[in-house]
Formats: sequence, C-alpha cells, structure tokens
Amino acid sequence: MDEHGDAAGTAVRTGPGDSGRTPVKYYQVGSFAVGNRLVALEQRTVQADPERSNALTSGHRACQGCGEALGARYVLDAAMRATGGKVVAVNATGCLEVFTTPYPETSWQLPWLHSLFGNAAAVATGVAAALAATGRDDVRVVAQAGDGGTVDIGLACLSGMFERDDDVLFVCYDNQAYMNTGVQRSAATPPGARTATTEAVGPDPGAPFGQGKDLPRVAMAHDIPYVATATVADLFDLEAKVETAMAVHGARYLHVLVPCPLGWQTASADTVRVARLATESGLFPVFAAVDGQVTSASRIRHRVPVEAYLRQQGRYRHLFPSEDRPGRPDVVARIQAQADANIARYGLLADGDGDGDEDGTRPPGSGVAGSGVAP
Amino acid sequence: MLRQLEGSRAIAEAVARCRPQVVCAYPITPQTHIVEALGAMVKAGELAPCRFVNVESEFAAMSVAIGASATGARAYTATASQGLLYMAEAVFNAAGLGLPVVMTLANRAIGAPINIWNDHSDAMAVRDAGWVQLFAESNQAAVDLHLQAFRLAESLSLPVMVCVDGFVLTHAFERVDLPTAEQVDAFVPPFVPRQVLDPDHPVSIGAMVGPEAFEEVRYLGHVKQLRALEEIEVVAAAFVDHFGRQGGGLVQPYRTEDADVVIVAMGSVLGTLEDAVDAARDRGRRVGVVGLTTFRPFPADALAGAVSGARSVVVVEKAFSTGLGGVLATDVTLALGGRTGVATVVAGLGGRPITQASLTGVLERACDGTLEALTFLDLDRAVVDRELARMDASARSGPSAENILRDRGERARGPR
Ligand SMILES: Cc1ncc(C[n+]2csc(CCOP(=O)(O)OP(=O)(O)O)c2C)c(N)n1
Ligand code: SF4
Ligand SMILES: [Mg+2]
Repeated sequence: MDEHGDAAGTAVRTGPGDSGRTPVKYYQVGSFAVGNRLVALEQRTVQADPERSNALTSGHRACQGCGEALGARYVLDAAMRATGGKVVAVNATGCLEVFTTPYPETSWQLPWLHSLFGNAAAVATGVAAALAATGRDDVRVVAQAGDGGTVDIGLACLSGMFERDDDVLFVCYDNQAYMNTGVQRSAATPPGARTATTEAVGPDPGAPFGQGKDLPRVAMAHDIPYVATATVADLFDLEAKVETAMAVHGARYLHVLVPCPLGWQTASADTVRVARLATESGLFPVFAAVDGQVTSASRIRHRVPVEAYLRQQGRYRHLFPSEDRPGRPDVVARIQAQADANIARYGLLADGDGDGDEDGTRPPGSGVAGSGVAP
Repeated sequence: MLRQLEGSRAIAEAVARCRPQVVCAYPITPQTHIVEALGAMVKAGELAPCRFVNVESEFAAMSVAIGASATGARAYTATASQGLLYMAEAVFNAAGLGLPVVMTLANRAIGAPINIWNDHSDAMAVRDAGWVQLFAESNQAAVDLHLQAFRLAESLSLPVMVCVDGFVLTHAFERVDLPTAEQVDAFVPPFVPRQVLDPDHPVSIGAMVGPEAFEEVRYLGHVKQLRALEEIEVVAAAFVDHFGRQGGGLVQPYRTEDADVVIVAMGSVLGTLEDAVDAARDRGRRVGVVGLTTFRPFPADALAGAVSGARSVVVVEKAFSTGLGGVLATDVTLALGGRTGVATVVAGLGGRPITQASLTGVLERACDGTLEALTFLDLDRAVVDRELARMDASARSGPSAENILRDRGERARGPR
C-alpha cells in the first residue's frame, strides 16, 4: 500500500484519543475533496500546498472545465514533488500543447518541449538518453499526449519506448477523441459515442462496436514495471500513482481519463462528476499493474448503471428517447455489458453488489487493495 | 594516419572522434555499416558515456535525436532514402527548432520502384527543410565534412546533413587520412547548447506560433542559413589550419580558369567528371567543372564567381523534379540571375553507372552547342515508348515497372 493510502486509511479509522472510546468516523476525510482541512498536511493533495510548483500555471486557454488541464496540473505537480522539482516534460501536439503555449506566452514552469504529434515517447527517450549521457541522473522525464497522440499516431514510438524500457513516464490524457482538431474519432473513442467522424446518423449512430484499443492492456503486454489508470475524479489516487511511478525507473505508463466538456457535450461544472460516473459504472476501470500483472483495482463505491453516465453527455444523446427519436436501449444494453465485463475482469465490486459504501470511511485513493502500488 | 578503410567505417570513426553523446539509428541500406560500427564502439564502452538507442523507425531516430539535442547532448543519426522520407516530419522539426543534430545521408534512390542504389532524390526531397546539406566527393571528403559538420551545427544551432553517395562511397575501400582523437578534440569544441531543457532554468521549446510571428521565425531560419555561408568558409579555413589539407567550403572549381563550358555537379560523380575534363582538355576543349560541397545554404555568389567566364553551364545531377526538369539546375539558374542556357543532364538514377564515355559525349555536345536543354543520360527511350504503346493499347496494361523490366529482360535474352 502506498504512503498516501496507508496514512489516510489510518487517519480515518479512528478519531484522536481513541483509547477505550468508540472510533469516530470522519466521513469527510474519506471524501474526494482535495483541500480537506481535516487531514494532516502531508495527506492533502499537492494542490493544497501553497508552495506547490504550479508546473502548469494559470492563464492557459483551455475550455472551462477542461479535464485535461486539471489532470495535467495534478500529474506534473505530483511528479515535481516526487522528484524535488527535477522534471523535464515532453508534449505531443494536441489540446494540452496548444492551450498552454499561445505565442508568446507559456503556462509551463518546468522545462518543456513540444516536437510533433506522434513522437512524444521517442523525444522523451532522447531526453532520457541525453540526461544519462551527461550525468544528470537526478532529472526525470515525463512525456504526455492525448489519446490520439498515444493510442493512434504515437503508438509506434510509445511501444518502442516501452519495449526498450527507457526511463520515461508516459501519461495519456484520454478524452476519447481528437479534440484539438474538432472532436474526431480516435481508437480510444468508445462505442456509441458521437464524434465528428462517427456522427449520430444512420442505423448504427456513433462510434462502432468491436473496434478500438485498450492501451493500458497493450502497455501491460510489454511487461513494463508500472502501468496504471486514473481519473480526474479521484485526484488523491492520481497523485499517488504518479508518486509510485516516479519511485520506479524504466518505462512507465499512466492512462488518465479526462472528460472534455466540448467533445463530450457536458456542463463545464460536471467534469469531475462525469469522470466519477465513468468509474462507478464500471466503464473505466481504475487499476494498477506491476510487471504486466494487475496488482490492485479501485473498487466501485456506489455502483451506477451506465445510463447514469451516458445521460450526462450530449455525445450519447441519440441513445435516449425524445420527441423525435425512439432511443436505442439495445445500444445502451451493449454498453452496460461492457461495464459488466470490466467489473468482472478487474473485480471492481467489493464482496457485495457495490450498491453501498460499506463503512463510508475508505479514503478514495486507496481502493480496497490500495491503488498506488509499491512495486 | 592513412588507412585503407571502407567508407562507412571511415565515417563511423570520424563521428566517433567527435564524441557524440547520443547515437540513434534504424537500419537501411546503404547506411547500415556506419551505425553498426558506431553501435559496436558504444557497446564496447569506447565512446562512454555515449548512449546508443536502437529505435523502431527513422521517425523515432530523428525524434530521439531531437530530444537528446534539446537536452544538451551531441546527437547523431544516419539514414537513406525511404528512411529519410519516413522521418521527414521530424527532419523539418529539428531544423525549425534550431537543434544541431548531425546526420549522415547515404544517398539512395526513392521508390517505387524500390531501388537500393545511389542517386540524390532523397537529399533533394528535403532540400527545403532548413538543414545545412553538404555533399562528399570522396571518402576523405566524407570524413572531413563530418568533422566540420559537428562544429558547424553547434556554432549555427542548425542541423547538418552530410550526403555521401550510397555504395559508391559508403561501400568503397579507399585510403583515408583519419585524424587522431586529440586533433579532433582541438578542432571540435565541447557542445554548448544555445537552448537546453534544464530544471534550474525552465524554458518552453516548441511553442505554437501564429501568423503574428511565424514569418519572422521562418525568416530567421533563412538568415541563419545565409550566415552559414560565411561560417562554412570559416570552419573550412580552420580545418586547413588544424589538419593541413583542404576539405570543405562552398564550391570546388576544377580547371575553370579559361573554360567555355563549365559542368556543375555534386558528390562522387565529380571524380569521373574531372577525368573527363582532363581528357577533353587534352583534346583542346576549354572545359572545367565546379563541384558544390555545400548545397544548402546555396552558395550562389561563389558559384556565380566560379562560372562567370563560361559560355555555357551544364548541370549534371542525380535527381530530377518530374514534370519540370533539374532540381539543382533550377537552383543554379536562379543563382546565376536567371541566366538562360543552363543545360540539365539527369544521370545516374537508381545507381545507373555514369561512365566517362557518356560524360565525354556531354562535354563534346556542350562545346559544339548541340546539347539539349534537358538530357537523360543513357536513357533507352525505346523501352519507354513500347510501354507507352502498351498503355495506349490496353486500359489494363499492368504495372509499368514490371512491364519495362520484362521488356528489357526479353530483349537482353534475344529471340528464343
Ligand atoms: C502528423 C499530424 N497529423 C495530424 C495532426 C493534426 N492534429 C493536431 S492535434 C490533433 C488531435 C489531438 O488529439 P489527441 O491526441 O487525442 O489530443 P486532444 O487534443 O484530444 O487532447 C490532430 C489530429 C498533426 N498536428 N500532425
Ligand atoms: S476541447 Fe476539450 S480537451 Fe480541449 S481544451 Fe477544451 S475541454 Fe480541454
Ligand atoms: Mg483526445
């Protein structure tokens, strides 16, 4: 169990001065609130620290409620904390690159290099090789890309980086489409979702079933030391996984689900909620794997049907009935079957049916088995 | 020290003496022997602390070089032909970012039809990428240009491509003078990067630039190339000081003093051309040749000076722009102020031998004023005409390259 999960777990189980008294449950301590003042300083997220590095600082041009901006900020500040501020970031082309560097401004307060759309992993390999060759072993490398820059055009370079076990943490911010170019389908776009190239028209509206790549599993097939998934709904867990990743050398992969209000047609204020519904429906399994083997999965606390997740998003609107269309319950059922399969594959439900939170005290980042995995 | 070496080996040893810190490469004929040799040296620890990265593609090779160079390491790679095209996006990127990567291009034709032999189509395909492009006439020149390439690249903060004719040079065993490590250390100073990814001084490299500044950034690239024209001569002069021989610069005139006809060419064909010129001089023809060592930046003034007295200029080049004509010839015409009567001879495509006999014919016709504006040297036009006839005769005449190959084969065998 990682430092954060362990510490938080201890903190929530008993109140102070517990000798002989009934333990007090602090429900808030087990919440997802990032600035929680009920927990000790070291258990709060990096973002609660006024001295944080602000690797991705304010002033960038992301849309309101952009999950990618949120995710990148947490990832990089956590990596900065884990390395004493010694991080070089390599960025693929995509929203994150564009909205952070409108010429002549930059939001990056760490050394940052953007080369091309499909080569972030290889560029990061070059950075790591140069650091090794010039004796700067204290500096670490994080590469980042959207789902397109990861699972599609960036896959060859990424697979090469994995296979050589280069000392790079590669982070995919998965918003499930090519957002920067106007919401086209990528191989990470889920079935049924409307994109500009999988329109909600014809007999099978939205993205097709039976296609797409599951990159965390592809990464695991390379037997690299650490693979994990996370979402912006559980930022404690995201930070813990970054810290775990930075404690290891070699090729590491972090796949972060980051809702995109523009592409998903969700309210800007709902980014975190939608991400949570993705995990609580079972559609996006949150887990960690060491040396190619799954070692932990975050259990679902309040299981919801996929419909609760899908209904939040305009990209699935065509699946639900309205005056002018009957809806597609058959498609919703197929998506539900995918969620059920994920739940079975990763054991996402606790002993019961997952419809309740057994004691309400489990810190979100820890899951049952602990989400951040000490390798 | 003089040694009898394969060109690739000589290049690898020259690169090794320049103390690269990151070498990354993907194999492609005829570049392979160069990177194999460097790989072995790194693995044996001879180049420590240099890292050798076995990448999965040329696109990755150039990308690794970009990352390494931006982190302050001296980065080297090598490729050819299809490999250069596969990395093309990153080739432009390295130049746009102003990263002093050095790359050997073992010049080879581009498919289809796939062909592993030498011509200059690959180098010409990226002539506008923003790289300095140097062409080696011999293996000695290849060694000398690599030594200068690192120094040039780093002083200009621009990538430099050393073009070496595939097989003709890379696989030829010649006597080569390889300088000692101490001599090279004195000539190539340690790399001081103009921009570097450093946590103590964070910078953003590769930001988005819109219409408000893109033209200025691009123009700066042009100005840097023009400065390179001066720097190439400075470095060439320093090379003479250090090594006691010529071995670089912009152009190499040969017997041009009173020449009526001057041939312009690049790479290993210059040796054959010089022989043809000598023979023509013996016959009383006033001919000369100008070799371009530097192709980008284009040495317009130096070239104009070298051909100023000539009645006609003939460009012999191993590439062409389909639907137009010569590539190099177009540049030469422009450099000579739009001078008319620059003739183009396209020769040696896909490794076709360029014989002294054929070049002698070109010289004779040029002297007599009968050389056409565009000549494809030793072209068998009848073969092409027969394929055109097959295409006219049938809408489904089949794959042309295979038809032409069969046609030539059948005729070579003769009637059975
Ligand atoms: C080689 C190349 N092809 C296409 C593009 C156009 N392009 C730029 S960003 C982008 C989409 C990025 O999608 P993703 O990686 O998912 O990141 P997001 O913008 O969604 O965060 C595309 C297609 C490009 N810049 N380069
Ligand atoms: S389009 Fe989506 S990913 Fe891009 S900035 Fe807007 S919210 Fe973020
Ligand atoms: Mg995306």
